[in-house]
Amino acid sequence: MTVTDPVAAIREVSYAVPDDGHGHLAEMRVDPIGLFTRVREECGDIGRFRLADRDVVLVSGAEANEQFFRAPDSTLDQAAAYPFMTPIFGQGVVFDASPEERQQMLKNQALRGDMMRGHAATIEAEIRRMVEPWGEEGEIDLLDWFAELTIYTTSSCLIGRPFREELDARFAREYHDLERGTDALAYVDPYLDIESFRVRDRARENLVALVQGIIDRRRERGTVPREERDLLDVLISIDMSADYITGVFISMMFAGHHTSSGTAAWALIELMRHPEVMAGVVAELDELYADGPDGPAEVSFQALRSIPLLEAALKETLRLHPPLIILLRLVAEEIELAGHTIPPGVMVAASPKVSNRIAADFPDPERFDPARYLDPRQEDLQNRWTWIPFGAGKHRCVGNAFAMMQLKAIFSVILRDYEFEMAQPSQDYRDDVSKMVIQLAQPCRVRYRRRVR
Amino acid sequence: MSGPRLRVTADLDLCQGHQLCQGEAPTVFGFDAAADVVTVLEEHPDPALRPQVTAAVRYCPAFALTLEETTDD
Repeated sequence: MTVTDPVAAIREVSYAVPDDGHGHLAEMRVDPIGLFTRVREECGDIGRFRLADRDVVLVSGAEANEQFFRAPDSTLDQAAAYPFMTPIFGQGVVFDASPEERQQMLKNQALRGDMMRGHAATIEAEIRRMVEPWGEEGEIDLLDWFAELTIYTTSSCLIGRPFREELDARFAREYHDLERGTDALAYVDPYLDIESFRVRDRARENLVALVQGIIDRRRERGTVPREERDLLDVLISIDMSADYITGVFISMMFAGHHTSSGTAAWALIELMRHPEVMAGVVAELDELYADGPDGPAEVSFQALRSIPLLEAALKETLRLHPPLIILLRLVAEEIELAGHTIPPGVMVAASPKVSNRIAADFPDPERFDPARYLDPRQEDLQNRWTWIPFGAGKHRCVGNAFAMMQLKAIFSVILRDYEFEMAQPSQDYRDDVSKMVIQLAQPCRVRYRRRVR
Repeated sequence: MSGPRLRVTADLDLCQGHQLCQGEAPTVFGFDAAADVVTVLEEHPDPALRPQVTAAVRYCPAFALTLEETTDD
């Protein structure tokens, strides 16, 4: 009898960067988007590349993506597919809950619909604090500025205001270094002696020290009334160590930080690149926040409501610049994808970067065209398995409503008071894709000037 | 026959129980607390509710809702 390897029957993508012993890993570390795009070009809806000692089966297109995203947790395991996260959360920080249960907990607590109004007010206040020292005109670095802002918003909303008040730009810098510690070499060994991982481990130690300092001050201060307590007080009261608490906080903030920060930065870049879209959004906001009989509308109220042109521009930014370019799972139970049976132990993946640009679903896919989301086109709802900047299915990003609200609040504040222009050639704004967490490459500078109204 | 009607469907495999749809159209969407998923109270909502139902579909964080026009039952 002949036993055919079902995975070998799936076409393997060519090599653009020579195999250095770890398959396509070398290319993933320099041009992952080129690699994933070529998989679809060469292999169609299902193709394969080599990542260290594993095969990764990459699907795209509505049908295969739906099979991927509908698979239950028992079939496709999420946690096992991201080995680079373990040293970031912390070795020894053992969670009692699976990623699915943590997602559920986060949704039921911090991201509950009835808490959004409070979060919106918190976010508006944080943006105003960041803009306060701006003055009439100046320049900012998009990565530094938005990464710092989103440290304050995520920590304040998810952990609590007292904790956020202990943080400054140092915490944001260390957190950024953690995110840079996501080199794909983690698929060989997440503890290799390389610069990216040394920076990561040092950053984590520094974060633990910062948290330890906050804990020490809380202990000295003694107990405070219940309404002044935050999650940190709760974790201290059950005798968790600074290392463990830091790991919990890092994991709570991770999904909402670089994602929101990068999207805000890219949205501003795309708006500057498309002055006609910027003009429409600014006019929309001016009208929305115009002085009415009861004074101007509040950002914290409006950010939770419809702002159609701004929303469309944000969605189009997410389509072209999805913060996560690949979503990975480890097959735990045999699964059928695009007519192939994939056995346990194989990694499978879907790529927001590739799917979001399928020309059949998104005509003229390279073009920034927010009109895609207006009636009657609604290209996001019409293509719910290929418009996937937030993923799809049961595990579609639970924070997406929070994220959209935050982005609407950010642009409501900054576009009403300031106008922006590029401080470098347009094509020089680009992502650094050398790590699994992609971030804007620096420099990414922008000039602002207070609007004359 | 009374012409095309609206039809709302919810994919319970996708619903994450955010309950935002109830805020948009409380007479059309309910909630099964035990299962943590939406319940469709009005499969064929009054056409006057179209804007609210459309908003519920558009802002569902799980993309679990669909609104279509149908001539069947």
